[in-house]
Amino acid sequence: MTGSDDNLWQGDVEKLKGLVSERALTGETMVLNMGPQHPSTHGVLRLLLELDGETVVTCVPDIGYLHTGIEKNMESKRYEQSIVMTDRMDYLSPMGNNLVYCLAMEKLIDLDVPPRAQVIRVLLSELTRINSHLVWLGTHALDIGAMSVFLYCFRERERLLDIFEMVSGQRMMSTYFRPGGVWRDVPAEFEPAVRDFINYFPPRVDDYEKLLTNNPLWLDRTQGIGFISADDAIRYGCSGPTLRGSGVNWDIRKALPYSGYENFDFDVPLGQHGDVYDRYLIRIEEMRQSLRIVEQALDKLPDGPVRSNNRKYVPPPRSELGQSMEAVIHHFKLWTEGFRPPVGEVYQRIESPRGELGCYLVSDGEPKPWRVHFRTPSFIHLSVLPLMSKDHLIADLVGIIGSVDIVLGDCDR
Amino acid sequence: MADVNPVESLRAAFSDAVQDVQEFRGEITFIIDRDHIVDVCRYCRDTKGLEYNFLSDVAGVDYFPQEPRFAVSYHLYSMIHNRALRLKVLLPGEEPEIPSVIGLFPSANWSEREIYDMFGITFTGHPDLRRLLMPEDWDGHPLRKDYPLGYETVQFSFNFDEVDKYKPYARE
Repeated sequence: MTGSDDNLWQGDVEKLKGLVSERALTGETMVLNMGPQHPSTHGVLRLLLELDGETVVTCVPDIGYLHTGIEKNMESKRYEQSIVMTDRMDYLSPMGNNLVYCLAMEKLIDLDVPPRAQVIRVLLSELTRINSHLVWLGTHALDIGAMSVFLYCFRERERLLDIFEMVSGQRMMSTYFRPGGVWRDVPAEFEPAVRDFINYFPPRVDDYEKLLTNNPLWLDRTQGIGFISADDAIRYGCSGPTLRGSGVNWDIRKALPYSGYENFDFDVPLGQHGDVYDRYLIRIEEMRQSLRIVEQALDKLPDGPVRSNNRKYVPPPRSELGQSMEAVIHHFKLWTEGFRPPVGEVYQRIESPRGELGCYLVSDGEPKPWRVHFRTPSFIHLSVLPLMSKDHLIADLVGIIGSVDIVLGDCDR
Repeated sequence: MADVNPVESLRAAFSDAVQDVQEFRGEITFIIDRDHIVDVCRYCRDTKGLEYNFLSDVAGVDYFPQEPRFAVSYHLYSMIHNRALRLKVLLPGEEPEIPSVIGLFPSANWSEREIYDMFGITFTGHPDLRRLLMPEDWDGHPLRKDYPLGYETVQFSFNFDEVDKYKPYARE
């Protein structure tokens, strides 16, 4: 080490009191900074670790490095203008974010959604779930040391991104769902592309399982790691695969169905041990179940309009503008002033790939929302990390972070 | 016991704490007195037939310039009875303070820190009430309605020195 020792430590020991144990203040244990630019923290997450040898004594997550002020920004934009920002929160599940915001708006203004749009929404939400789980699987396996899985996962993901581009024009930030339906109908080549994917994908999932599920190295690194009991999972607000890994049967698609999920037949996989391995098994099975939903949705895709006809909230199609004065007025009103929902507040929750994604919308009757708040699964799950990682090795910490599947954009908003 | 009506049950148990009950789009909102929020949460969680065992979310709202200015909304959910409930506490604009529910629902930990950070509402009894998203030396609370979205103060001759102090260019 070069230079004067006086310059090495610039922090304040007083600030560490209460965060780390007394042993750290005497120098018996080591305080180590991990992140924010660390590849296996899945974004810009900083962890303050207190280590006894290689064992984690305390873990203090520090977030906010990806805070973009989306909630504040939305207050100054009209309802429909803000949909583009929801894509950018959880960038692995843009359609899920669109969906929760649109559902909240529709609940607030009591807007109908045509059956065809509902089924398209379910179909694309499930493809988004597969897309998100593929990125999770690839990066999670990469963290633990299985390099090849990452390449296979991203190969399959590419096909999904092509489908998203086909319907919305964008690979990731699709902004495809709008209040009252979807932006436009799916193109003719959509159905063959999804059929192709349905046939192509199941053998690929089997391949991932061949690489990992019975792999002794994978088992050693995941079984018994990051345990959380069912009671603790509920008390600490876990949801999605993290909650179901502990054996709690709660899936919002089943418990509080939205967008017509009650018409689809699918199973909710449950774990028993509440560890990293069970959460892995659940997500693998969820990909298969999502594909079942996609197949059913494609089979029963009804004909009809894809957006509501309520002209007070939904702009008229271009074709009407040349013939109807009424349509021109609505078009002008909606794109200059926006719509005015009734005064009130709603909370809408959906099952995002990571867990419960909630949108709390407060309206004061003006064209701009008074307050938008997103309850994001990554945010809550990250606050449970100290509990899950206690007394584990620092190498396992990386696996635990991967297993709760956090996205820092989703966490910081 | 399965179908205890939450409205009647809460009204009977906390006649002085429930200030109002609103229903909008099938969602029930209770306006609760600040000092009773922990008791009401405990009652909702532990009473047979209610059992709201899952706190989804805690969110702050700023109703500036109205008074009471702030609100804190608790979104409770019962996995056993598959029902949801919203508790809302109104707080004054001057030194807003509210008891923390972290002892009942540890999931409120970061949500309360976020509200403290964004609105400046103090949660008494929270063990680790620090800023969460903003840097620790940040001035102000961004989600308050009187906090500007952006913009820079224009520097004129009459306020040149005053604004110059805050200009972000490099100094010796």
